[in-house]
Amino acid sequence: MNRISEKLRKLSIVGAVALLTVASGTVRAEDTIKVGVLHSLSGTMAISETTLKDTMLMLIDEQNKKGGLLGKKLEAVVVDPASNWPLFAEKARELLTKDKVAAIFGCWTSVSRKSVLPVIEELNGLLFYPVQYEGEESSKNVFYTGAAPNQQAIPAVDYLMNDLKVKRWVLAGTDYVYPRTTNKILEAYLKSKGVAKKDIMINYTPFGHSDWQSIVADVKKFGSTGKKTAVVSTINGDANIPFYKELGNQGISAEKIPVIAFSVGEEELSGMDTKPLVGHLAAWNYFMSIDSTKNAAFIKQWQEYTKNPKRVSNDPMEAHYIGFNMWVKAVEKAGTTDPAAVQKAIIGVEFPNLTGGTSKMLVNHHISKPVLIGEIQDDGQLMTVWQTNKLVDGDAWSDFLPESKPIIADWTPPISCGNYNTKTKKCSGQTY
Amino acid sequence: MKANSIKGYCRLAAFLMLLFSLASYGDQEVSTQQPLLDALNNLKQGSMSEREQAITQLAGIGQSSLGILQALLDGKLFTLKSDAKLVIGIDNNQGYDISDAVSGTALGAIERADVNKINLTNKLRVSLRKIIGELELSADDPLIRLAAVKAMGNEDDDAVLALLQARAGVEKDATVLKAINVVFLLKEMNSSDKAVRIKAIEALKEQNNLDVVNRLNVMVEKDEGGNYLETDVEVRNIAKAALIKINSRLQLYSTIETVFFGLSLGAVLVLAAIGLAITFGVMGVINMAHGELMMLGAYTTYVMQQLMPNHLGVSVLLSIPAAFMISALVGIAIERGIIRFLYGRPLETLLATFGVSLILQQSVRSIFSPLNRSVATPEWMSGSWQINDFLSLTWNRFYILVFCLMVFVLLLQILKRTRLGLEVRAVAQNRNMARAMGIPTAKVDALTFGLGSGIAGVAGVALSQITNVGPNLGQAYIVDSFMVVVFGGVGNLWGTLVAGFVLGIANKFLEPFAGAVLAKILVLVFIILFIQKRPRGLFPQKGRAADS
Repeated sequence: MNRISEKLRKLSIVGAVALLTVASGTVRAEDTIKVGVLHSLSGTMAISETTLKDTMLMLIDEQNKKGGLLGKKLEAVVVDPASNWPLFAEKARELLTKDKVAAIFGCWTSVSRKSVLPVIEELNGLLFYPVQYEGEESSKNVFYTGAAPNQQAIPAVDYLMNDLKVKRWVLAGTDYVYPRTTNKILEAYLKSKGVAKKDIMINYTPFGHSDWQSIVADVKKFGSTGKKTAVVSTINGDANIPFYKELGNQGISAEKIPVIAFSVGEEELSGMDTKPLVGHLAAWNYFMSIDSTKNAAFIKQWQEYTKNPKRVSNDPMEAHYIGFNMWVKAVEKAGTTDPAAVQKAIIGVEFPNLTGGTSKMLVNHHISKPVLIGEIQDDGQLMTVWQTNKLVDGDAWSDFLPESKPIIADWTPPISCGNYNTKTKKCSGQTY
Repeated sequence: MKANSIKGYCRLAAFLMLLFSLASYGDQEVSTQQPLLDALNNLKQGSMSEREQAITQLAGIGQSSLGILQALLDGKLFTLKSDAKLVIGIDNNQGYDISDAVSGTALGAIERADVNKINLTNKLRVSLRKIIGELELSADDPLIRLAAVKAMGNEDDDAVLALLQARAGVEKDATVLKAINVVFLLKEMNSSDKAVRIKAIEALKEQNNLDVVNRLNVMVEKDEGGNYLETDVEVRNIAKAALIKINSRLQLYSTIETVFFGLSLGAVLVLAAIGLAITFGVMGVINMAHGELMMLGAYTTYVMQQLMPNHLGVSVLLSIPAAFMISALVGIAIERGIIRFLYGRPLETLLATFGVSLILQQSVRSIFSPLNRSVATPEWMSGSWQINDFLSLTWNRFYILVFCLMVFVLLLQILKRTRLGLEVRAVAQNRNMARAMGIPTAKVDALTFGLGSGIAGVAGVALSQITNVGPNLGQAYIVDSFMVVVFGGVGNLWGTLVAGFVLGIANKFLEPFAGAVLAKILVLVFIILFIQKRPRGLFPQKGRAADS
């Protein structure tokens, strides 16, 4: 009996202490700058997004060690939208209205970004979006630190066409907005380069497709006409392993029909049996294998932070690294975290990326990045086989689609518009 | 005296000659080693162009460099970080067993981090394969020679043809000779002599060879100006006739292939559904956590592979009983802990088991991380069974098909011939009567649920070989599983088997026309319509118990 009451007393002390710390936390919160982290920690997308949450925590931690921002400490507010698109919008609203965060770093899939957009614009927040995407968008409140199609897909196709002399093309993708739009752009681009319709095969599969037998057999037939064939893959995450396995089993090696992927990076490769993938290609703006002092330091810091010496880094992590540091610089430049001031200040901000160049925030809210093409090695790393000799500016509206050719995005006066038609000289607001 | 002096001269000359030959022998020793060392030095340099140069140099040396080239192609050639020595390393799971690349002397084992692998690009791999093909053309094993001929066959290169020509003169093995012959016939199809072309087509039209099809297709095609690429009408007609013949064979093989694809997809569906056929079909429990029980089976395979990394094949086989046990135990725990309180309340069971499925998913995320785990495929399950150029069946699918049938037969026998099976069937038919006859229905319920769950675990082992092992594995299959069970007829194992295969084959025949997305939708619509017409599925259970 005595023991139990003692336990109870101990518990109540612990409870009181906990309450006190919470209370003091809220008191202290007044002089911190809050940064929202909006990445799924559960559900389908947790596989990719958890890493980005950790990256953000590491970056914020590091900034605090350097003395914070504007004399204040940064405080991460992590929420879990659980791979549920409408929940992304709800959580964004919560971050902006309840937590009053200065900026949000988050989203992975395009559909999650699209669901957050109206909220961010209504409440005039800031969103840094770190993933390669299909373009055809530029919002006043969003900064796109991932690749636009002209920073990934188009150079990749150029590489295949010029260096590997590919004549026949399979555009394979998962059935949703990013692959559909990217493939539309690529098809238009290939046709403009004189590729005949019969030499392009387009294929869409559902999310998480696992039975690739007949599609791979079709690809094999398509590629057996004697002309060099390549697969441009916008297949999303989970469907990739069975796809590559089937390719390997049906005897399609990277030498015969190379597959270039836009969604397979180091993180995804670490969960795959890499044997059937060796020699296949991936196009990104960053590889973990890049040999630069900045990159080595970043990887070391990341592995120490996660206490895992085998942890890999990947492209969207670098995007967050650049985006976060650009935001920090812009806030310092503006002297305030007020979104309107930061939006103005961040344009033109430069920050060295991890691959040795200096990325710049452009007027269309995209950044300049190098384009790298790598071959997958059996240790799950990508070895650079080709890269652009200078940084490529992100283009929000593709020049290869007739409807978006005359449109530009420019968030500086006098245009100040994300969807400006250079022919009619009209700003049609934004199309979602 | 004169004769003597001549003898003496002769001796001197002989001696000198010996000396010379020795010296030149020594020279030769150096000269065979030197290019090799040069080449290897180049190989160690960073850039790909230097590597390319090194490979050409190695090829020039000939047979003696074959081992190094092959090791390079297989990714087994490393440099030591300590002294930049070139070594060949064989993976021993902790690190590598290394041996000197030049002399072949064993140098013991070494840590993975102590070596740098010599990387290759696709371009280099292609030229390596060709060079190795040329070197292996005189290998002892006819199978290696055949592969070499096939690797070289596509090259439109006179040097290659000359090599093959030389080989054909000494080749004894009939299949290799035939393969070489095909290469020449293909070449003759481009001959300027009409008679030679016709002869080549006639000889090749019995071949199941894709290159032949491509060449023939080119012959009957028009160029941009609207002129036929093959100018001669007679040759064109013969080519057309040959194409028709080959295409009819091609059609047959592609039908066989599609049926196989369908069967293997069906096998996966049956494996996923058959556990459900027991829990849902026999017991009437809607178990939304069924997919997660499969996921547990797949993770068991992963853990087994981590436990015994040196024996991939054995670990996969051992995973089967292990996964059965683990999933069965979890299943029994679910039944005892939750479902038994909810019998007769299907909606609540559905919600409760859905909750369980989320708990299982999230606990796997917490234990194993949300990332997919990599499960390696054993050697005997990768690759394909190449029947001919037109038809090849992949081994992993083949084994899964066989495995599915084995599981099915075993399950059928358990239900038909064991006491447990008898009791399960009795309880399924009439619970109250069974209890009246002294059958402990609660125990039977738990065991039946355990059996169904265990089978789900076994299905997970099979799935680990073809798809991702991650927390979402179960979700991907749960809908399909229910579809198969409902379509086949609730409570009927044969129904599940037939339904699985029918749906698999239907899906695969629809896919080429409709695309993967639409094919799935069409199958779903078909099932909905079918259920409208026959609500009890393909093989409805008969009898009074089923009607109630």
